Amino acid sequence: MPGRVLSRVVALVAILALSAGLYACGGDAGGGRNTLKFYIFNEPGGGPQKVADQCSKDSGGKYKIDFTFLPNQADAQREQLVRRLGAEDESIDLIGMDIIWTGEFANAGWLDPVPDDVVGPATENVFDSVLATAKFEDRMYVVPIWSNTQLLWYRKDKVDEPPQTWDQMIDVAEREKLKIQVQGNRYEGLVVWANAMIQSAGTEFVSGPTEVALEEEPTKRALAVMRRLGNSAAASTDIDTSNEDSARLGFEKGDSIFMINYPFVYTSAKENAPKIFKEMGAAVYPSVDEGKEAKPPLGGINIGVSAFSKKKDLAYDAIRCMIKPENQITIAEMGGLPPVREDLYDDPKIKKVYPGFADVMRESIRLAGPRPSESPAYTDLSLGIQRGVHPVTKIGDPDAAYEQLRDFVEQAVKREGLL
Amino acid sequence: MSSAAPPQVGAAAQKPKKVGLTERGRAERKLAWMLCAPAVFVMILVTAYPIGYALVLSLREVDLRFPNEGGFAGLDNYITVLSSGLWWEVVFNTLLITVISVIIELILGMIIALVMHRAIFGRGAVRTSVLIPYGIVTVVAAFAWFYAFSPETGFVNNTFLSPDDKAWFGEKGSALTVVIFAEVWKTTPFMALLLLAGLTTIDEGLYEAARVDGASAWQRFVRITLPLMKPAIAVALLFRTLDAFRVFDSIFVMTRGAQDTQSVSILGYDQLISRLNLGLGSAVSVLIFLMVLIIAFIFVKGFGASVPGQEEGR
Repeated sequence: MPGRVLSRVVALVAILALSAGLYACGGDAGGGRNTLKFYIFNEPGGGPQKVADQCSKDSGGKYKIDFTFLPNQADAQREQLVRRLGAEDESIDLIGMDIIWTGEFANAGWLDPVPDDVVGPATENVFDSVLATAKFEDRMYVVPIWSNTQLLWYRKDKVDEPPQTWDQMIDVAEREKLKIQVQGNRYEGLVVWANAMIQSAGTEFVSGPTEVALEEEPTKRALAVMRRLGNSAAASTDIDTSNEDSARLGFEKGDSIFMINYPFVYTSAKENAPKIFKEMGAAVYPSVDEGKEAKPPLGGINIGVSAFSKKKDLAYDAIRCMIKPENQITIAEMGGLPPVREDLYDDPKIKKVYPGFADVMRESIRLAGPRPSESPAYTDLSLGIQRGVHPVTKIGDPDAAYEQLRDFVEQAVKREGLL
Repeated sequence: MSSAAPPQVGAAAQKPKKVGLTERGRAERKLAWMLCAPAVFVMILVTAYPIGYALVLSLREVDLRFPNEGGFAGLDNYITVLSSGLWWEVVFNTLLITVISVIIELILGMIIALVMHRAIFGRGAVRTSVLIPYGIVTVVAAFAWFYAFSPETGFVNNTFLSPDDKAWFGEKGSALTVVIFAEVWKTTPFMALLLLAGLTTIDEGLYEAARVDGASAWQRFVRITLPLMKPAIAVALLFRTLDAFRVFDSIFVMTRGAQDTQSVSILGYDQLISRLNLGLGSAVSVLIFLMVLIIAFIFVKGFGASVPGQEEGR
């Protein structure tokens, strides 16, 4: 008897497992005929979700946007997407893309180029810096929906005027015996920082898909400044493993005078450290040298339409709706994510999202220098740059550091070797 | 200890091999092959095909991001990997994790096996409860230890282990220590169970005879237990070494390979999934496969570990 019971249980489990498999197959393939599958991370503010629902409703049943949420970490999002797109998965219609994936996805043939009639509304009043991230080989492949940028956050009770350059910032912090919070772990955040330094010093990582730029003098200057902070008493103790979140926590603790970070730190401090929050000021990212322009980092999300989608027209209809000015404002209000349209920064609602620093946000995005993401091998480039400058506490003398970084970047653009 | 009987298949394994088979024997053997055929077919489909495909990819220049490039690359991918300092650094990491964790597991596993063997009451309960860590999914266990050691959420800091706030995953040494610890925690029970199986096969009479002859407990362990357990130890070491060499989950969860804590599996994953460089990644995978083969060969030939399919000649 027990044997019989066991075999029945086994059979039941097997049937359940099989039917679950069948269900998954049937469910994945298409949903409804007018269902658009939107693969994007679950934005905690909920703005994109609300906007998509509203657009679905307004379309009068023409389309319905259905979310499939990706992980929170950008590299984990990318890994899930490339596995599906590499296998030409037809179930993806809309893709929420980090601005650095454009070149890679476009070159791989995974993106549908934006049709001419959508290019107009998709570029109207949009920052040039943001538009640069939407293009590959002079063609628009994705549509920007929200942007992001890093600002210099400072303590108004410790310093009257925010510094203009990195050297001034380090001087002040050393004098006050307080810390500067940056992102120095070996990850994308370090590339964000290094790129801002290199560009502000007056050069670029690459000048073409396989040509390394990195002019010697400006590169050495940028590395020297990073090295100075790495060896300064003003560096936080965890600088070599720091990220956006550890920087935020460090600043909220109170022993830091400056922080380089995205605007989410403002709302975070409001909740977690009200005393610090009262003294928090925002300014444009510092430059490497006086007189040279700062090149603040750029972040954000573009929406792409999968080349394997069967509903491209509907997908572009949905995109046109989601990027409408009022929807960009909703996304900003709910999650603090900056609009990609320059004109919206005069809107009272946006001024309320960034109290007193809406203009700083606009200025920062306007000045911003995108990472070299037009290169299809950006992942290699990013890994190479990370290896080239990490750890900042051990950046050597300028000659050696320059050679090391150049070697890594050269190897990366040629896609040679292990990384 | 183990006779080198040729591998036999299915029902035929029950009969000693004869030179001339009877008609019935032939029919039985045919039936055995037919019964095995579906399994063999599935095995080929799910293992031989991917391995063969990886081999083909490793000889080509394939990059998903550059669909229009590529072609036959010969051994270029292998040369790139083997001439890279990173590869050897990662191989060293992996061997370090493997050797240290397997040694600790062997010692702890042996102690636990001896205790379980001598347990007087609740044998079943003891043996089952010891297995619990092994039953937990590796990723879940890795997350549990990741949070336990992380400075923000963990309970490890501020205990006797580490009185002040230590960023365990902030540098290579401590990060690898936690990885090894998690591996040991999870797989020691497996080791203990394999060793226990070896222990139970030892005849109690041998111990009694030795005791009568005045052998001390240590002498009984070294002179009786260890030699007679050699096959069980060799098999346990073989399984665990192969497992440990392919360590992935714990590192992926805890450091994602940061602070130079990559293992060979993480390195392969990075080339394949992060860089989408299928040629280079496949070359790494094939090299891992070869290294696993070599390890298995050394254990089987060098230490006489018997693999499934070979009966012990006792």
